[in-house]
Amino acid sequence: MTDLDLTVLLASIVAGAAPIVLAVLGETISEKGGVINLSLDGSILLSAMVAFAIAFQSDNLFLGFAGGALVGAMMAALVGFFSVFLGQSQVAVGFVLTLTARDLAYFLGNPYARLYGPQAGVNPIPWLQDVPVLGPIFLHQSVPAYLSLLLIPFAWWYLYKTPMGLRLRAIGEHPEAAYARGTNTRAIQFWYTVVGGLLVGLAGATFSLCTKTGWGRPQGAEGTGWIALAIVIFGGWHPVKAALGAYLFAFLQIMGIHFQGWWPSVPAQVFQVAPFPLMIFTLIVMYLAQKGSTRTSSRGSPWLRGAVRILSGSAPAGLGRSFKPE
Amino acid sequence: MLPFLENSRPKELLIRVLFITVGVFCLTSLVLLVAGAPPWPAFYHLFVGALGSWSKLAQVLMVWIPLTLCACGLLYSFRIGLWNIGVEGQVVAGAIASTAVLRFGVESGSPSLMIVMAFAGGMLGGSVWAILAGFLKTKGGVNEIFGGLGLNFVAQGITLWLIFGPWKRPGVGSMSGTEVFPEPLWLPTFLSARLSPAGLVLTVLALVVAAWVLNRTRLGLALKGIGSNPKAAYLHGLNPSTYFILAMGLAGGCAGLAGAFQVTGVYHRLIPVISSNYGYLALLVVMLANYRVWGSPWIAFFFACLNVGSIQLPIVLKLDSSLSGIIQGALVLTTLLVYGVRK
Repeated sequence: MTDLDLTVLLASIVAGAAPIVLAVLGETISEKGGVINLSLDGSILLSAMVAFAIAFQSDNLFLGFAGGALVGAMMAALVGFFSVFLGQSQVAVGFVLTLTARDLAYFLGNPYARLYGPQAGVNPIPWLQDVPVLGPIFLHQSVPAYLSLLLIPFAWWYLYKTPMGLRLRAIGEHPEAAYARGTNTRAIQFWYTVVGGLLVGLAGATFSLCTKTGWGRPQGAEGTGWIALAIVIFGGWHPVKAALGAYLFAFLQIMGIHFQGWWPSVPAQVFQVAPFPLMIFTLIVMYLAQKGSTRTSSRGSPWLRGAVRILSGSAPAGLGRSFKPE
Repeated sequence: MLPFLENSRPKELLIRVLFITVGVFCLTSLVLLVAGAPPWPAFYHLFVGALGSWSKLAQVLMVWIPLTLCACGLLYSFRIGLWNIGVEGQVVAGAIASTAVLRFGVESGSPSLMIVMAFAGGMLGGSVWAILAGFLKTKGGVNEIFGGLGLNFVAQGITLWLIFGPWKRPGVGSMSGTEVFPEPLWLPTFLSARLSPAGLVLTVLALVVAAWVLNRTRLGLALKGIGSNPKAAYLHGLNPSTYFILAMGLAGGCAGLAGAFQVTGVYHRLIPVISSNYGYLALLVVMLANYRVWGSPWIAFFFACLNVGSIQLPIVLKLDSSLSGIIQGALVLTTLLVYGVRK
């Protein structure tokens, strides 16, 4: 238990982080457009349940993932509809949805609890999986893990290198200006929220069909949605940094299991909550890194300056505000 | 009262209430049909399970007490514009603190004094936990939603550690909680019914205090001013940071009382799920009451009925008891819809 094979550790981080990366990228996309989808935690559970139920009934993994993605998209559509079109508080709607979706998942998922269903196994990439070091880490994974790996550079490219990404960021920063330039801000905010929700739904499906297989009460994915929301902030609303945050979190979770092996007297639940205070701590560090006084005092040391630059990042200026075009 | 009840003529009001009622019924029936259960028996058993007898009503009131106490606390934090999601952890912190007091007081000669001390301890514990989230916001720049959530999980972790570690039952610790306190340390109940008059008095008192502070005092006005426009309030000489901490302290105090009630009046020990989700539920209660004091206790009563009524669903109809949560969520969503469409 004490000696860790580095390759195995890294490979399990990539596998374990796959759903979190998907959820974090989805949330980053919708927050870039100015909409906070606070329903993440409930959405993940509901889509995990639906994905498992569909895959169990049809014995078809693809249908399961599609069903999960659809549920995530529908939840996001509700958030988008209430906040963008009805002008209600995004936090209020998201919070109600997260509680309701969780209860809905437990209620409707009751008959599927503790059943053995289909699972997405490892699909190694032929030939390339034998590449030393990189092969076992990145190319000996499941399909959702590949998807999460591919989506990180894609999200970065889309948000920062395409006209569509520029338009989305413009809406998130200053919806009034984007509207004045002739953009249909409401429709775009709504549809990117839905796309973000699609990824959140895929994250839920990845939990129940791949990383924490099966359904139950509790499923094991409880709380991940909240963590994903915190990771988006941790990543400074940048898809690549946010994905790195997801990997850091997966690392902490895996280390928690190992720590448990070292101190068996401490109950497992204590280690499960350990990443949460760490996340708060990093959020404080981030805040301090952004303060002007910290910037000036770190100027002397290149190490500190680098750390401050990496940790800084700012929210889209229009985040959480509902804009009503006149 | 409810947001849609304000500034509207009786006819409009009737239409809105009707729309919301029908909407909630339709949504819930849809969910029940998807689950393959007949809707009418489910609604019937929910109603009978909550109000079918005096002992059921007593049970409902025992849920109403902590739920309303949490709602009282949230009224302060919402008034200043804070989303105190950490209320759940504040209930847990209050429960831990009052358990600590009672463990210390098992040997003492005056049990009634110890119960009072347990409530004071619970209030303090909840306040400390809330003020921690407040400082994370004002000094650490951590949004109160994430600070509060993080602290919820930490409080949960501490509870489990205490139950399995230092406070475990003689022998081996288990998920059933710490050892039950001797009967003199229980909150006295009314005759044979498990209803605590002291708890009811305390809750009504908390409501009256909240109404007085929020609507009749300078402090209430300051909270409202900062909540509606922090910059203008700052220019008026009010320091938002100070009031954030104050509002969080008051909110946490009420939530801590709820935690102390759960320990002394309901479970008579510390259990892993001591908060019973009442904190999160109270957020919905206060939202539905449009952040007003006197709407909250009625909605809390309705929510408590749903919670108690759903307890017997798994036995009678083989349905999961989370149906109550679905109805509560559907109610808030439909209200938001009606209110949003009007806007």
